[in-house]
Amino acid sequence: MKKKIVEVKNVSFSYGDNKVLENVSLYIEEGDFVGIIGPNGSAKSTLLKLMVGLLKPDSGNIYLFNKPINEFKNYNKIGYISQNAREFNKMFPATVEEVVAANIYTKGILPKRIKREEREKIDEALNIVDMDKYKERKIGNLSGGQKQRVFIARALINNPRILFMDEPLVGVDIESQNKFYSLLNKINEEFNITLIMVSHDIGVISNKVNKLFCLSNGKVYKHDLNKDMKINLKDIYGENMNILFHRH
Amino acid sequence: MLEYEFMRRSFVMGIIIAMIAPTVGYFLVLRRQSIIGDTLSHVALAGVALGMITNVYPLYTAILFTIIAAVGIEYLREKYENYAELSLSIVLSAGVGLASVLTSLGNTQGILSYLFGSLSLVSNKEIILVTALGIIILATILILYKKLFYMTFDEESAYLSGIPVKAINLYFSILVAVTIAISMRIVGILLISSLMILPVAASLIIANSFKKGLLYSIVFGVISVIVGLILSYYLNLASGGTIVLTSLILLIITIIKDIKK
Repeated sequence: MKKKIVEVKNVSFSYGDNKVLENVSLYIEEGDFVGIIGPNGSAKSTLLKLMVGLLKPDSGNIYLFNKPINEFKNYNKIGYISQNAREFNKMFPATVEEVVAANIYTKGILPKRIKREEREKIDEALNIVDMDKYKERKIGNLSGGQKQRVFIARALINNPRILFMDEPLVGVDIESQNKFYSLLNKINEEFNITLIMVSHDIGVISNKVNKLFCLSNGKVYKHDLNKDMKINLKDIYGENMNILFHRH
Repeated sequence: MLEYEFMRRSFVMGIIIAMIAPTVGYFLVLRRQSIIGDTLSHVALAGVALGMITNVYPLYTAILFTIIAAVGIEYLREKYENYAELSLSIVLSAGVGLASVLTSLGNTQGILSYLFGSLSLVSNKEIILVTALGIIILATILILYKKLFYMTFDEESAYLSGIPVKAINLYFSILVAVTIAISMRIVGILLISSLMILPVAASLIIANSFKKGLLYSIVFGVISVIVGLILSYYLNLASGGTIVLTSLILLIITIIKDIKK
């Protein structure tokens, strides 16, 4: 049996009076590639932020590597790509190399010089995501898909076991999306990194992941990817929603 | 020019401020908080007024007021998460209100020299204080450079990589407050934020890395202060205004050069 590495147990969360998650429970096993989908405002990003400890639940428990999230301090084990990251404007003066290097030596008070091994690590990470030629480029001048690959490299620097991604493919063209998914498959299969990705694009993601959770009205539904989920999703997204599928 | 004691003092103090104001300003601009300089400088005015009517050295009261205000802004920023700029307006209003009431309470005739900056009044005591604080500010920014960089482009990821984001934010706010309080003697309360922002604005046009961006901001700041002080001495102009206009001209030149490219 595979190890459970993320567990959400009876979690509720509200923004003021607005309860967005109600008694949500789910678990994710080592090596999974998980998609989290749902209509706008269904608290997909909220759930992701709860899982990494950026938000605290009103009630219920969250465990990372079997440890309650408030006791979890082994940050090297997780990588997180937030929505903010894609909002780099063109003028932001940082090179790809600087962005990737940011994840080295984040602990301790005194700064340390980046050693040769770390430089090699940066090159290796950029090589994995196929962005090594762009090392000196300004991050703001890259396309949406390229930026996301750089953020993956930044996360890979610390050899994380889980990678959380919050809608990384918004505004990214289909060709770059496909390239991004092949990269995700590679790091999922070759490096055995568990992937958890929030997405609004049901059609594409359902074709790529091995577990799919759909959020709606504060509840979470797990989809059996081997069954036709069209009818099921119509209940959540409404009859008028045209859901395209590549599979099922 | 340098045979005069007050000009030598002004140059020393000016160059220190020319280094710290754009350094702090660089992070503020990139975190979209450039208006914080204006807010805190108005609070500094209230601090100066209090110092004058209570006979306490105004720089001390200004530092105290700006630190309280900076911490207040941090607190309000969390409270009004989605309207973060509201925290600046609230503190700005408090600063201006307090300053105007305090100036009406006692003898605050010398306040004009703080509003626009005054070179001839710079004392040895101020030089020592500004130099000491300036070194502390620059040294800690250098130490926190990598963490501040990470927080500047992605605060959430920075937090999840183990960086104590909250504590550093608070500490940085205090640095901003102190920078503003100690800069007011040279450029004046009304113009401090310009020295924090204009060199950075010019730097952003040409910088292609974070490190270079910071370096260019400091270089533009130092050039502005040196050229501004020399011009103000020979042309008998207000020092603060001349420094700010010099840095504005540098910005315009950079923009024109960039357009021509």
